Amino acid sequence: MVEAVVGREPRPGETGLARASRALGNVAGPAAAVTYLSLLVLLPMAALVAKAFSGGFGSFWRAVSSPESVAALRLSVECSFAVAVFNSIAGLVIAWVLVRDEFRGKKLVNAVIDLPFALPTVVAGLTLLALYGPNSPFGLNVADTKVAILFALAFVTLPFTVRAVQPVLAELDREVEESAASLGASGTGVLRRILLPSLAPAMLAGAGLAFARAVGEFGSVVIISGNLPFKTEVASSWIYSLSQSDELSSAAAVSVVLVLIALGVLVGIGLLRRRFDVPESV
Amino acid sequence: MRSRWRWPLRVAALGYVALLVVVPFGFVFYRAFQHGFAVAWDAVTTPDALHALWLTVLVALIAVPADTVFGVGVALLLARRRFPGAWLLDALIDVPLALSPVVVGLSLVLVYGKSGWFGNWLAAHGIEIIFSVPGIVMACAAVALPYVVREVLPVLQELGTDQEQAAETLGAGPFTIFRRVTLPSISHALAYGVTLTTARVLGEFGAVVIVSGAVAGRTQTMTLFIADSIENLNPVGAYAGSVILALLALGVLAGLSRNRPEERRQRWPSRSEPSPSDSELPLLSTTSP
Amino acid sequence: MDPALAHRARAPRRWALCLAGTLAAVVPLAASGPAGASGGSVALVAYSTPKPAYAALISAFAQTAAGQGVTFAQSYGPSGTQATAVANGLPADVVNFSLSPDMNKLVKAGLVSPSWAAGPNKGFVTNSIVSFVVRPGNPKHIKTWSDLVRSGVTVITPNPFSSGSAKWNLMAAYGAQLSQGKSKVAATAYLGQLLKHTAAQPTSASTALQAFLSGQGDVLLDYEDDALYAVHKGEPVQIVTPPQTILIQNPIAVSTKPVSPTAAKAFLAFLLSPKGQTIWGQQGYRPVLAPVAKQFHFPKPKTLFTIDSLGGWTKVNAVFFNPQTGVVAKLEQGLGVPTASS
Repeated sequence: MVEAVVGREPRPGETGLARASRALGNVAGPAAAVTYLSLLVLLPMAALVAKAFSGGFGSFWRAVSSPESVAALRLSVECSFAVAVFNSIAGLVIAWVLVRDEFRGKKLVNAVIDLPFALPTVVAGLTLLALYGPNSPFGLNVADTKVAILFALAFVTLPFTVRAVQPVLAELDREVEESAASLGASGTGVLRRILLPSLAPAMLAGAGLAFARAVGEFGSVVIISGNLPFKTEVASSWIYSLSQSDELSSAAAVSVVLVLIALGVLVGIGLLRRRFDVPESV
Repeated sequence: MRSRWRWPLRVAALGYVALLVVVPFGFVFYRAFQHGFAVAWDAVTTPDALHALWLTVLVALIAVPADTVFGVGVALLLARRRFPGAWLLDALIDVPLALSPVVVGLSLVLVYGKSGWFGNWLAAHGIEIIFSVPGIVMACAAVALPYVVREVLPVLQELGTDQEQAAETLGAGPFTIFRRVTLPSISHALAYGVTLTTARVLGEFGAVVIVSGAVAGRTQTMTLFIADSIENLNPVGAYAGSVILALLALGVLAGLSRNRPEERRQRWPSRSEPSPSDSELPLLSTTSP
Repeated sequence: MDPALAHRARAPRRWALCLAGTLAAVVPLAASGPAGASGGSVALVAYSTPKPAYAALISAFAQTAAGQGVTFAQSYGPSGTQATAVANGLPADVVNFSLSPDMNKLVKAGLVSPSWAAGPNKGFVTNSIVSFVVRPGNPKHIKTWSDLVRSGVTVITPNPFSSGSAKWNLMAAYGAQLSQGKSKVAATAYLGQLLKHTAAQPTSASTALQAFLSGQGDVLLDYEDDALYAVHKGEPVQIVTPPQTILIQNPIAVSTKPVSPTAAKAFLAFLLSPKGQTIWGQQGYRPVLAPVAKQFHFPKPKTLFTIDSLGGWTKVNAVFFNPQTGVVAKLEQGLGVPTASS
């Protein structure tokens, strides 16, 4: 891990021990990371893929192209995309206010942003249903509609999009903005040319995470959405139904497709982010 | 520019946060203490509830540091080195997010369960993973895997290696560089990453349902206890339990924020002198950087 | 030592101390694991509804001679998930599910003897029926199955592909049509109508109850014992017994290799004994022992049929509940509006 920071050449005056530990770090670090990733993610994913194709490609295709699967996948992808985009912008605004603004209670607001994660999804779902369902104290009833899905997804992905941008915003060197402003650049000019290029990678990262989380989200969405097949049933709920009906390989098949879609989006975002990378001599 | 936009931005941001976060959590607190503090306290201090809390904390104490070390390491790897397949590694890290938690649990069972890929090997060596605490730790670590990486990586990429290279030419060793240059610069991001990871581990439900077996008093985490409370029409227990989880997550954030100001003073003095705008600290600590 | 870890070791000591204090206070309580000492130990794995009933049953069992010193490990969850967990190695000595196919899963895995249903009670420990749950005062006057498909009435029932309870509900609806002399085609059409009137299909019976309690729908289809528990807990609901309904039969068995065979068998015997069945009755479950059942005054529907009269679960699951090709799936597909529109 330390090796990733420094190069491989020996340093003047460096002891043999330090060099040996550097060399060790060069191999051990990535190896440990890959092992960890394998045990937790890669092996289970491989088992899932194996299960998905355990009935042959024909059964995989049948499971994935059935009308209910297609409807559920489409709904999940559409809603997740919409929420990712919306929450990226909202996340930027909120992060901006938290970093650059001062007001009483700011610390409290900052602290609560992460809470949607700590709430078990079933409680989140019931809370949203109580607040924005038939018995809503605000008279705002979105239960059993697609808007409910957007609500629930926005709730669980907000921490990502705020926290993705916030640290980058906090680390930005204000000098550049200030000198641009003093040279006569307008507010929006500074925004477009200086801030956004620095923030865009982080925003994209946050949006990607939000999208990935949203497509997989289950517990908080199903309760308020009504879970009606072909109308408000998201992919993760359909996958759950398949697994409960002893159709494990079909469930695995639809999951694999969902992951591939998310991976596709994430890889695409990764490529986009490269365009904003500051060219470093690494 | 700023003075003109300040109020609209503030209203938009705070309004959205209020609608989506503050109001729901207010509701949770309200439902928890609706019948008084004593009732809520009783609901979460039954033997099963206390065991669930202990188990949840134990799982977090293992899964969060593991994910953090992994996260920082992989972030450094991806930010500082170019190697073939880096883009693939980058994408694979996010896989646990896209999998619905139930599927994460099922896939772990497919590998480590009785009839799983390693089932026979594990049974022969007397190692219990599924339906035991290690399985719960793995499930929680898996679902929270990406957060530290995703927080730290953009910051590392944004900052570049100037300061680290400067430190190196001045003779600092790799440990020193990491401790005094890299770590302070990612401290905000790291704090957020650790908090997100902790919150996610505390709140994980779907995967734990599958891998734990939900045996009360043994493999029932706080989230399972909460779901159980709802099931048995005991909402106070459920909401009070949720309050505890929320407080734990807040506690972690508070604890991490408090530490940061001292480190920031150890930074190599390459930035401009503190200006009035620099004294705006975004987090819970009260001293300036 | 890794510098990152060294740094984190300097993290706020106070915070770590608080945490240590909490753990120290809690750990002794956590050390209450099962000793399996004098009386043996029983691992009970059941579906989620009977948890409160088992609390009463287990403490009554502990008072009996056979139950002295027996320790219990209990696990409750969705019936299908529990069955799969046991098949995957979750330790279980006594298993109790909400419908027979879940028990058959374990027979296939060799964990339950194929003769589990051989006794006089046919392997069932409790009965119940499918009931209507309505708002207090029954404002929409829902009494029969035809009322469910009246215009303006919305129904809540769980999703039949993820919930055993929903399967009972739909087969009750279907069987009710048949028992009124309608043809199979007409009964299937009724199911389509019922699904059309469904406002929400939550993933489980308990979430369905929660959805109903938070204001959704006019009537909830649920197990009678679940509904009785809600009434007992003071929830604002009222139970209406449909004139025709299905008899819900919940299977129970001892596994093939219990840790303490005597204790496990004794517990099962207790659950089926007059004393045990009386406690089940008090908890809202219809006893399977006829003499005990007579003591309770559960509502008597005009027509009560079982799943066997509809062909048995294996056939019904294949015909109705296959997620790709089943009758219910096709009905839902026919009703579904493509989600391309907003």
